[in-house]
Amino acid sequence: MWSWVGHRVTGVVIFFFLLVHVLDTALVRVDPGAYDAVISAYKNPLMAIGEFGLVAAIMFHAFNGLRLILVDFLKQGPKIQRQLFWTVMVVWVVAVVGFGARHLTLAFTGGGH
Amino acid sequence: MTAQIDAPRAKRIDPKYNRARKSRNNFEMMAWLFMRLSGVVLVVLIFGHLISNLLVGQGVHAIDFGFVAGKWASPLWQIWDLAMLWLAMLHGTNGVRTIINDYAEKDRTRFWLKTVLYVVAAFTVLLGTMVIFTFDPCISETVAKSVAQCGAGA
Ligand code: HEM
Ligand code: HEM
Repeated sequence: MWSWVGHRVTGVVIFFFLLVHVLDTALVRVDPGAYDAVISAYKNPLMAIGEFGLVAAIMFHAFNGLRLILVDFLKQGPKIQRQLFWTVMVVWVVAVVGFGARHLTLAFTGGGH
Repeated sequence: MTAQIDAPRAKRIDPKYNRARKSRNNFEMMAWLFMRLSGVVLVVLIFGHLISNLLVGQGVHAIDFGFVAGKWASPLWQIWDLAMLWLAMLHGTNGVRTIINDYAEKDRTRFWLKTVLYVVAAFTVLLGTMVIFTFDPCISETVAKSVAQCGAGA
């Protein structure tokens, strides 16, 4: 049940991020300096935490989405849906910890700058 | 959590009750299928995007105009981003459409929310597409100096 809520909330969050993201990327068409200025905002440690949250949301939506697809298309899908759910949670935690370690290290050490 | 659901023909429901008229096409079925197919493809596209932009090399610190110019010099990343843009926007728009259908109670509210959704989505997809197709690395002086295509060294 709450995996459904989580799927819905993350889906909407990603959608709104994407609208903004296409706008900020569109600056490459207008003014390189403006693009660099906006992107440099992504590099501060506070934003790094936001990016971490965003990526965690995407990974949840992606893995849980794959689970929904398996449940729908596998013959024994509905029967093993509990196992699938816990698999998703484990894979998600491992992926998020792995990503976080790399991304936050880069963010807080300045990536060698 | 055991929900009590009345049988569909229980007396409290008006016996004249009819389902909404069945639509003649199978749009909802196609939409359902599209959500699943695009989902599988999006996993690959988005994970690839995040790996190449956040995890490789200096990660987010490497991103600037020159970084984008470097990526979009290759048709692979142009097609990659184009596919990601279209699939993610169609998938997300369809998902939000479902959510509006679920929560908006009045037909009028629903109509206006969806109108806004479609206008914003169409604008975003077209803008993103235009940006990929018309990107010009030479508008940056630093890039122009080092790229032959911009006449560097000529
Ligand atoms: C914080 C994480 C992210 C960063 C730092 C990032 C960075 C970038 C950059 C630098 C570009 C320019 C072109 C390229 O590198 O390929 C770009 C384009 C793009 N990104 Fe992301 N991205 C992120 C997350 C996402 C996510 C989650 C999505 C999908 C939901 C996404 C979808 C796109 C699309 C569709 C484009 C092409 C835009 C256009 O057509 O103008 N990005 N991103
Ligand atoms: C990473 C790969 C992705 C996968 C595997 C995936 C998978 C799915 C699946 C299977 C559904 C359920 C559809 C249904 O119940 O009929 C769904 C719903 C949804 N997705 Fe995705 N998706 C992905 C990426 C995205 C992205 C990038 C966005 C935003 C731009 C997004 C936004 C949504 C929304 C808003 C819903 C509707 C949620 C609901 O009805 O409760 N998804 N997704």
